Amino acid sequence: MAYSEQVLDHYENPRNVGGFDKNEGGVGTGMVGAPACGDVMKLQIKVNDQGIIEDAKFKTYGCGSAIASSSLVTEWVKGKTLDEAMNLRNTQIAEELALPPVKIHCSILAEDAIKAAVADYKQKHGNMAGSEEYTACNPPVAS
Amino acid sequence: MLDFSRNHFELLGLPVSYALDSARLDQAYRDLQAEVHPDKFAHAFDAEQRLSMQWATRVNEAYQTLRHPFDRANYLLQLQGIHAMDANNTSMPMDFLVRQMAWREQLEAAKAAQDAAALDRLEKTLNTEVREFQALLAEEIDQQRNYPLAADTLRKLRFTDKLLADVGAAYEELG
Repeated sequence: MAYSEQVLDHYENPRNVGGFDKNEGGVGTGMVGAPACGDVMKLQIKVNDQGIIEDAKFKTYGCGSAIASSSLVTEWVKGKTLDEAMNLRNTQIAEELALPPVKIHCSILAEDAIKAAVADYKQKHGNMAGSEEYTACNPPVAS
Repeated sequence: MLDFSRNHFELLGLPVSYALDSARLDQAYRDLQAEVHPDKFAHAFDAEQRLSMQWATRVNEAYQTLRHPFDRANYLLQLQGIHAMDANNTSMPMDFLVRQMAWREQLEAAKAAQDAAALDRLEKTLNTEVREFQALLAEEIDQQRNYPLAADTLRKLRFTDKLLADVGAAYEELG
């Protein structure tokens, strides 16, 4: 299949590959899979005490479009609030990467991954992203 | 007379079930193929030739679908109105995805290290899992008739099948 230039760019130079420790306080982890093709995607966010996504990482085993979709999402969500990240739609990803109809499911996978990551973060923090929670999870180290 | 509305099982005269006597399937296929083979209609009218061609194609499709455990299960679920491979369904159980991810990482490492023994171990593990899923499918489809549950199992089988194919490709690369 012929990939678009945008997909190739992310595929050849994926942004933010890797991961965070999922037990770390400000980290939310989303894991999803696409039965249609057997692709697996892990997307993680690191949220600061203002509720802003400071950093994002991904690891995707799948086709070029799935890798590009998750790479793009990690770029987009950096600096965004959790609500803004939740509003991200797969159609925006598909449009940006010029995905053909048979690869739309890759953008759906990426949308579901970021939503799962935000949901995981919120669950860990009792639906609050306040500084108290942050402190509670990261008690100051006595020196 | 041949009837286009019959499902694959009916067409081949087999019970509608996941458990399958593959010798019986092969025999039914050969019998039917002999009956509808286009060569038999070489001297027939165009319309008859076309019909026999359509039939041969239809019989082939039925055979190929029922022959493969994955396709057979998927087809059985479709007969129940369940499309297990719907692309919008991305939420798999967390522990399953974590395991898939770990195996993917093992595969990456084995490829990087050109470690054939590690590929062997991974393949063995995956084959065991495939057999477990197939046994589950037989149980869930034929005995429990719990089709949504079978759809979950079938989706898992898809991931493991894909991973096995990638392990196979990694072997090829080792040369």
